[in-house]
Amino acid sequence: MTIEQVQQEIVDEFSMFEDWMDKYAYLIELGNALKPLDPKDKNDQNLIKGCQSRVWLVAEMQDGTIDFRGESDAVIVKGLVALLLRVVSGRTPKELIENELHFIDDLGLKQHLSPTRSNGLLAMVKQIRLYAVAYSKIEG
Amino acid sequence: MSYDIEKIRSYFPILKKEIYNKPLIYFDSAASAQKPIQVLMKEEELHNEYYGNIHRGAHFMADRATEAYEAVRDKLMTFINAGSRNEIIFTKGTTESINLVATSFGEQFFREGDEIIVSEMEHHSNIVPWQLVAKRKGAKIVKWPFNDDGTLSLEKLQELFTDKTKFVAVAHVSNVLGTINPVKEIIELAHRQNIPVLIDGAQAAPHVPIDVQKLDADFYAFSAHKMYGPNGVGVLYGKEKWLKEMPPYQGGGEMIAEVSFDGTTFNELPFKFEAGTPNINGAISFGAALDLINETGLKNIADREHELLVYATSKLKQIEGLKIYGEAPDKSAVIAFNIHGVHAYDLAMLLDKMGIALRSGHLCADTVMTHFDIQGCVRISFGMYNTLAEIDTFLQALNKVRMMF
Repeated sequence: MTIEQVQQEIVDEFSMFEDWMDKYAYLIELGNALKPLDPKDKNDQNLIKGCQSRVWLVAEMQDGTIDFRGESDAVIVKGLVALLLRVVSGRTPKELIENELHFIDDLGLKQHLSPTRSNGLLAMVKQIRLYAVAYSKIEG
Repeated sequence: MSYDIEKIRSYFPILKKEIYNKPLIYFDSAASAQKPIQVLMKEEELHNEYYGNIHRGAHFMADRATEAYEAVRDKLMTFINAGSRNEIIFTKGTTESINLVATSFGEQFFREGDEIIVSEMEHHSNIVPWQLVAKRKGAKIVKWPFNDDGTLSLEKLQELFTDKTKFVAVAHVSNVLGTINPVKEIIELAHRQNIPVLIDGAQAAPHVPIDVQKLDADFYAFSAHKMYGPNGVGVLYGKEKWLKEMPPYQGGGEMIAEVSFDGTTFNELPFKFEAGTPNINGAISFGAALDLINETGLKNIADREHELLVYATSKLKQIEGLKIYGEAPDKSAVIAFNIHGVHAYDLAMLLDKMGIALRSGHLCADTVMTHFDIQGCVRISFGMYNTLAEIDTFLQALNKVRMMF
């Protein structure tokens, strides 16, 4: 599946929920299900600090694709991280550079990406892009 | 004696709003208070009837605007019982007021090796300006730690005094812990060693009566927007003896007497510290907020808020795993807390979806977070327009949200 198709799949999943609380309950479920990071990965280097919640992002290049892993101390953000990882992990740098990440916006959860929200999520999205650009330079 | 809460609420049309189809419950007045129509109308009246630049022109509008602006200065002088109108400086807010003192007083009086005592419960606005001036002057910031119940110890303060101590900066009311500090006693203690004190009154002004002469405060700072007034305007009270000796903070029009390339002389107080065209509409509409508080009665407001505080605290304490930060015997209507196993951000996000506006995060008080070794917390704060019914709705929502984790 392409990045676009995965994003659409996610949007479709969420459209099952009409109520805001149900959407958030689902996000919490996803957050709780996200595999925790290895404690040694939760270091300052991987930390993307935000005023309201902390997010860790690990990126490793293998066989031309980037394996992303991540976590947050806030469960809702963890749920969003889980969705983000579903879209971006295992992709080539080229795919990441060429595709826009718009599904959070589509889900009506744009507020979580607001710079004023400072929950680390916006910074994480930017960081993913940076990794993609950096790795593409190494590749090419 | 209480006041008609419905009448007060009617002055704040925003309280009728629905957020995500739920009635708005605004529990974030400690961050910024809502503005009553009296304040909005005052501003509109200015712009429609008599707006002009103040202290400058000779025309009707300029005169009228100047009169209205200076009348608020007088109102403020009465509100905090300052000795002279020369001691009331209009600023952008508490943060600017503190920066003004740190920069100007610091410039004049701090030397290398001097010590500035700052309490551990301070808002960043009453920590960072001191750090900046300390760096410039080679002075040292000394931390005055608070007890786990959110109180400050006078014995501890006494222990921190050395012959190098030059200043004390402390909040009247903590924005996280809600503690109402014994500022009169703190100032007395400091004055015995000839140490001046600045009080951050941002959280106090809307809730606690202030008498700067009785307190013998050297400096007292507060903001309009936390007391139902407009944004971008605040007050620095400073004893005339200090303000006279302090060099100007910003240069420009208004604060000068005569300007030439050979030298410039400065205006007298209070204008020496009011460079440039001020926030005229802000100051004038601030007056309407003061009127509302005075008419309603600050004591009545404080009593009502205390009732809400006691009720909310007793109910929250019944919730398993909930910890309140700051349980001083003398508290203002602010409750910061965490629920074990639930991140503050998640709690705030979900309560938001139920129409409840509250604050989460570090609350601009990193040092308080560090003291309790937490990454953040949630805070509810009450104003003159909140009700017991709102607290009940909030508690129901809180229980519902807890079940999701």
